Amino acid sequence: MARYGMVIDTRRCVGCMDCVVACKTENRVPEGFNRDWIAYDTKGKFPTLRTEIRTERCNQCDDPPCVTCCPTGASHVEEFGALVLVTHEECIGCKACLASCPYDARFIHPEGYADKCTFCVHRLTHGLDPACVAVCPTHCMHFGDLDDPNSAVSTLLASRPHYALLPAAGTKPRIFYLT
Amino acid sequence: MHVWAWQIPIYLFLGGWVAGMMILSGYYLYVQTPKNGDTFRFPRPGGPKTESVTVFTPCTCRLTPWLGLVLLTLGMGALFLDLEHKPYVWRLYTTFEPGSPMSWGSWILLLVYPALLAAALVRPPAWLGDLVLSVERAGHWFAARPGAVRVVAVANILLGVALGIYTGILLSALGARPLWNSALLGPLFLFSGLSSSAAFVHLVARNREEREALARADIVFLGIELVLIALLVLGLLSSTHAHRDAAGLILGGPYTAVFWVLVVGFGIIVPLIIQPLAVTHRVHHTPIAPLLVLAGGLALRFVMVEAGQVSHWAGRLTP
Repeated sequence: MARYGMVIDTRRCVGCMDCVVACKTENRVPEGFNRDWIAYDTKGKFPTLRTEIRTERCNQCDDPPCVTCCPTGASHVEEFGALVLVTHEECIGCKACLASCPYDARFIHPEGYADKCTFCVHRLTHGLDPACVAVCPTHCMHFGDLDDPNSAVSTLLASRPHYALLPAAGTKPRIFYLT
Repeated sequence: MHVWAWQIPIYLFLGGWVAGMMILSGYYLYVQTPKNGDTFRFPRPGGPKTESVTVFTPCTCRLTPWLGLVLLTLGMGALFLDLEHKPYVWRLYTTFEPGSPMSWGSWILLLVYPALLAAALVRPPAWLGDLVLSVERAGHWFAARPGAVRVVAVANILLGVALGIYTGILLSALGARPLWNSALLGPLFLFSGLSSSAAFVHLVARNREEREALARADIVFLGIELVLIALLVLGLLSSTHAHRDAAGLILGGPYTAVFWVLVVGFGIIVPLIIQPLAVTHRVHHTPIAPLLVLAGGLALRFVMVEAGQVSHWAGRLTP
């Protein structure tokens, strides 16, 4: 079974927020909440400063603390694509998963359950890319099977320097940023 | 991130307090199990109604299990109020998730209630026995079975330790919040709960011997709590940058005053000064020290929950 991941080229991302709007529309994310967002990271010392723009979301970790801490099993790793998902009818809204996520990727949906990015699992089952990837005007986002050495994501990771967010948190994230 | 408000610190405080009550009442029940030949405070069936009392019934055995039932229910109520998807709360009991401290806690709580109730029925208050016949009968039943009392006592001690430690592990298992990343939170909350429980008995017990015994025990609990807090801070300071930043929240950061003045100063140090003077009869026993201990225990939960949520790896997202 595939192990889906995402590779984002920080040299191409311009922070246009198309991915954010596409996600809100595709997943009917309620007002005031977001499943993905744009981060601006300025590094260096004046005058040699460099700002990196990147799109962030749930990192679909290989070792997801949100799944481990869930008392009901509502947060789980789906066999399809090894995706970290939430079964709404099993979630009690205890917020342990929100507290356990080092990326602050989750929120409580107004209906009471924990919500987050699903990599648009409903699109993946129809062979489509996640909405954010599909709409990106600069093609900075790539999606695919990390276990397939011939996939676009694997070849990019093999050929370009990259990093993952917060490796020290030990969650083994599956979103990588090309530098 | 701020996801937990007042409900969780209240739940953790009441849970820890009840855990302490279970351990102390379990201890007293174990060491005071009546032996053959002792007479009991309840008239036996067919015997005289006013049989003499030869077994001293400490307040710790008589009152705390009943109060524990009430406090635990209040704590569970606070926890329930915190849930965002309340109609699905029953899902907690359709599975057991071994990696989730909250799952462990929900099953431990299911065992804690019958253990507390059994402890409450071993030496029920006389007025309650008069009021409810089945309570009096339960008292008779236990009075004739010292072995059963010991089982209840040991069960209360073990479940009390599990409950007390769980209230700390619940936080420390959430690795995304550096301030909570210490297994010391488990014993810290356990000893804080023991201290609150001892302080409460010190506050309400009428028997001088029992009151002073619990005040002496509280001195030990508070001393251990102080050492655990020092180790917790040292552990954070000797860890990663994120953990040192987290320690900074109580070492110069926004929670410094409330932590060192309310939790450590008034909640531990001042009682540690007053209580040795009281037990050595240099000053009178007053409610000041036990009340400060209880307030300090509550403040500890509030500070740890609030500051822990503020602590984060943020700022170091990228290498």
